[in-house]
Amino acid sequence: MTHEEAFFEFLCRMGDNPLILGHRVSEWCGLAPVLEEDIALANTALDLIGQTQMWLGLAGEVEGAGRSADDLAMLRDVWDFRNVLLAEQPNGDFGQTMMRQYLFDQFHVLLLHKLAASSDERVAAIAAKAVKEVAYHVERSRDTVIGLGDGTSESHLRMQAALDLLWPYVGEMFTDDAVSTQMAEAGIAPDPSTLRADWDALVQATMAEATLVIPDSLFAHAGGKTGTRHTEHLGHLLTQMQWLQRAYPGATW
Amino acid sequence: MSSPNSAYPDIPEATKPKRHEWPLWEVFIRGQHGMSHRHVGSLHAPDAEMAVKNARDVYTRRNEGVSIWVVEARHIAASSPSDKGPLYEPSESKVYRHPTFFDIPDEVGAM
Repeated sequence: MTHEEAFFEFLCRMGDNPLILGHRVSEWCGLAPVLEEDIALANTALDLIGQTQMWLGLAGEVEGAGRSADDLAMLRDVWDFRNVLLAEQPNGDFGQTMMRQYLFDQFHVLLLHKLAASSDERVAAIAAKAVKEVAYHVERSRDTVIGLGDGTSESHLRMQAALDLLWPYVGEMFTDDAVSTQMAEAGIAPDPSTLRADWDALVQATMAEATLVIPDSLFAHAGGKTGTRHTEHLGHLLTQMQWLQRAYPGATW
Repeated sequence: MSSPNSAYPDIPEATKPKRHEWPLWEVFIRGQHGMSHRHVGSLHAPDAEMAVKNARDVYTRRNEGVSIWVVEARHIAASSPSDKGPLYEPSESKVYRHPTFFDIPDEVGAM
């Protein structure tokens, strides 16, 4: 793998995570349990999709094949996507959505902090902008996980079920591979495994406060960020997200 | 019979958990150029911290503010609309209370 190929892969991972998670979160628009949460979720989705534009824009530039951020987002199919499996998991109930959000936000904010010191100044600039948004996302999702986890017996049960359901998708965020090693050697991005200890400490503190029990298992599904084995949910999501380009190829306004 | 919009359609009415509404908060935002916090609206939130967060999301999306105050609506004491006459009408005929008859020196600055 050349440096450019690895860099392109890395940038697709950075861009596809917020794209797919942002789309998932946007599915709540108009349906959230209260107006305030509805607006907050829509804000989060818009932040994430904005970050996607920057990451995939740079990915297209690095690839040098003339593809724009829009091309990458709307014209690729399932096997080309490099988001982690956690991001594509269905919303479930509101608690499950917020649990997914917190598990990802906590990873995202740690990663972006490191990327703000990247040897590539374009990566550093995007990360510096995104980290301010994500610092707020994690504050909000953390508070909600604690509020619902340590809430009523109903909300506690739902949050524990969400944590149990999503936990097997946590490990994939922290696995290293040839792409991440090349990025680490070039000083562009840290190996994800180096973020795990900090993430564990923060998540353990949050779950303790939320009175939730972290499953005693390190089993981790894999295949999202390599694109080799996405879950069935991604294909369904893309039929919604890419509907316009599929029905009317090349449509613009 | 439970209504179709019920949050707990499968639970009999009698044993249904009571729906607790979040309290109402009034939101005050200080804008980029203003000195004072202005009332911009209200929202619901479970506590003060979440009320500030919700205010951030609901009322500062277009870069409106640099500072947020929230106060639970029940803590605001208000004058009664039916007292409008005795409270406000007496001042209508007292134009001399307006400071418009004085020239304000420039050194005073913004008032």
